Amino acid sequence: VWKGRLTILSLVLVSVLAALSMCNIRGASNDQLEVYSWWTGPGEEEGLAAMAKSFESANPGVRFVNAAVSGGAGSNAKAILASRLLANDPPDSYQRHAGLELLDDVRSGKVHDISDLYQQQGWVKVFPKGLLQNLTIDGKLYAVPVNIHRANLMFFNPRTLKELGIAAPPKTWSEFLAQAATIKSKGKVALAVGPEWTQKHLLETVLLGELGADKYEQLFAGQIGWLSPDVTAALDVYAKVLAVSDVKSAAGDWQPQVDRVASGSAVYAVMGDWASSYLESSKKLQWRDGYDVVASPGTDGVYDFLSDSFTLPTGARRPDLSRKWLIECGSAEGQNLFNPLKGSIPARTDADAALYQGYLGWALQQWRDPKTRIVGSLTHGVVANNAYNAEIDSALGLFVQSGDQGKFAKTAEQQFRETQ
Amino acid sequence: VNLPVHSPLHTPRHSSEPVSTRTPRKQRKPRKQIGPIWGPGLLLVSPSLILIGIFVYGFLGWNVRVSFSNWRGLTPSYDWVGLDNYTSLWHDERFRGDVRNLIVFTTVFVTGALVLGFFMAMLLDKGVRGEGFFRGVYLFPMAISFIATAIVWRWLMDNGSGQDTAGLNKLFAAVGLDFLRSDWHKSNSMWAIAAVALPAGWALSGYVMALFLAGMRGVNETLRESARLDGASETQIFWHVVRPHLRPVTFSALLIMVHISLKTFDLLYALDQGNLRIDTPSLYMWFTTFDGGFYDRGATIATVLLLGVALVVGPYVWFTLRTERR
Repeated sequence: VWKGRLTILSLVLVSVLAALSMCNIRGASNDQLEVYSWWTGPGEEEGLAAMAKSFESANPGVRFVNAAVSGGAGSNAKAILASRLLANDPPDSYQRHAGLELLDDVRSGKVHDISDLYQQQGWVKVFPKGLLQNLTIDGKLYAVPVNIHRANLMFFNPRTLKELGIAAPPKTWSEFLAQAATIKSKGKVALAVGPEWTQKHLLETVLLGELGADKYEQLFAGQIGWLSPDVTAALDVYAKVLAVSDVKSAAGDWQPQVDRVASGSAVYAVMGDWASSYLESSKKLQWRDGYDVVASPGTDGVYDFLSDSFTLPTGARRPDLSRKWLIECGSAEGQNLFNPLKGSIPARTDADAALYQGYLGWALQQWRDPKTRIVGSLTHGVVANNAYNAEIDSALGLFVQSGDQGKFAKTAEQQFRETQ
Repeated sequence: VNLPVHSPLHTPRHSSEPVSTRTPRKQRKPRKQIGPIWGPGLLLVSPSLILIGIFVYGFLGWNVRVSFSNWRGLTPSYDWVGLDNYTSLWHDERFRGDVRNLIVFTTVFVTGALVLGFFMAMLLDKGVRGEGFFRGVYLFPMAISFIATAIVWRWLMDNGSGQDTAGLNKLFAAVGLDFLRSDWHKSNSMWAIAAVALPAGWALSGYVMALFLAGMRGVNETLRESARLDGASETQIFWHVVRPHLRPVTFSALLIMVHISLKTFDLLYALDQGNLRIDTPSLYMWFTTFDGGFYDRGATIATVLLLGVALVVGPYVWFTLRTERR
């Protein structure tokens, strides 16, 4: 009998303990700040920790709770966040890509307008105009960008070019296609691609290069259609570019994709500048020596950006603390703590340039150049809302599989109308 | 303290008296039954009944309800749209491809796992030295998460050529079996997803083996003995004695494999994300719901999948209930 009682007793004990630990998570004390992100990778995790430390020392007595969710370049985090937002149980601040990725949150009243914080902190003066335009939703600002990544980049290995006798990377996509013929005859792959999203990333840079910045923005604003002659011509080029790539044996992820460039089996790869910090820290390659990078063909002087930003959710437990966190995110100090570690550049144009060397120095200089034209990335959620973006994913997947370009354009056009 | 003489704790007994047929236990008054006879039983299972009622059937119902709504994005909407979501899903090119992929995958994977598992069980049943070791080796892949399995097999099934040759293709090249080189799940064919049956079968055929092995061990040795006495060969014994006993095991194994196959998600998710050649309804459900916010479409896909699984599990439940009643 005592054995049975012991079992019951231990069961009760276990359930009480389980309940206690749940209380610990849920019944949060009043002086803590829960920040939700997908920053768990090398570099970014340390960067977030540095910002957290700075926030805690600036706000004594407040505990920073890191609620980061890893995996899937943020897709796992986004799924869990969606269920928390639907349950009206938001964290005190959460990460989103700057731009229209936040549109659904705004329209559903999940985030607060923080335009006043922008005025109060003088951010309207220190963020470039092109960035502010892309951040503005329905005339208001809802998120504070911490970092800037550049999407329209073409990576290559200078040694491979020398070996093949190619003087310089291509300036236009037609020049690229001409080079590709030579490259193929010498038994190498002209362009390495990876999983579906990298193919979409490539599509975005081809559209940007062929249409130019203005028409690119008009396309995603719905002012010119996917079936217009310009876009059709650009899609033709994309199909040709894809044909000379290794899409049939595409790498499983973006790291092995740029590995092919580093090892010399492929000549070029279009990827965002996170590839730069990967090549430097994991592959121990030097910028301009082991690897080099230029703006993707036809996009010189254009900065196709994406940015991680933080929000003020409706129903945050301590909005005053959330605002303090956003101030940390937007401050030069916070951005300079985070970005050198993550391998990105600060969104602010007045941050200390000496902290950014090598590739980052080059990127920062372009970001700050008032002549640089800033446009937002499609793949990384700046110029298309989530619904539109997901429908483009499906359509592009079918296009890559079947090669039916007309159907892709038609679907994209139709989905734009349906998802606005 | 004087105990009363009629105390039930002590019944004086003398050798001359006939042994009482009533044991002392039986003299105890039975506890009074409160309420109906099934009351305590119901009380005992009621916590799990309530939990399953809410968290399984309640949410199933909710999901079905969402599939008849136009809920998109972070603002839930339950406006009734009838069968609209189902008809648009029917015309959805991606979904049609997904269903085709799922049928191909299920056929190849389930057949492969059953045949392989049966074969391995047969070999082990014949008596191998170190059977425990082999059992462990074959069962072990099941202990590895599908995500890890997928990441290993993503490399094994790499289809790079020339300098980028890797994984199985490299192995084939090294042993002079170049003709076996394959594009695996990236083949330009509707059968591409059949390649995924390799990692799935690798992970689960050991489980099928364990099921069959248990079935074979469950056959009474005396039956085999008597068949031997009657002069049956081992093959005949296997076919006429063991095989009929394996029918329920085969049936269970088939159903378990089919429903695992219909719900496969993590393996495909980690293997090659966004490759529509290995896309299935469960993946489409996830991406459309959580990337795109199409809760209506996601719920519709989930409902269709549920019906698919019910078509498989329903007959099984019916069959087991019928046999148990017998």
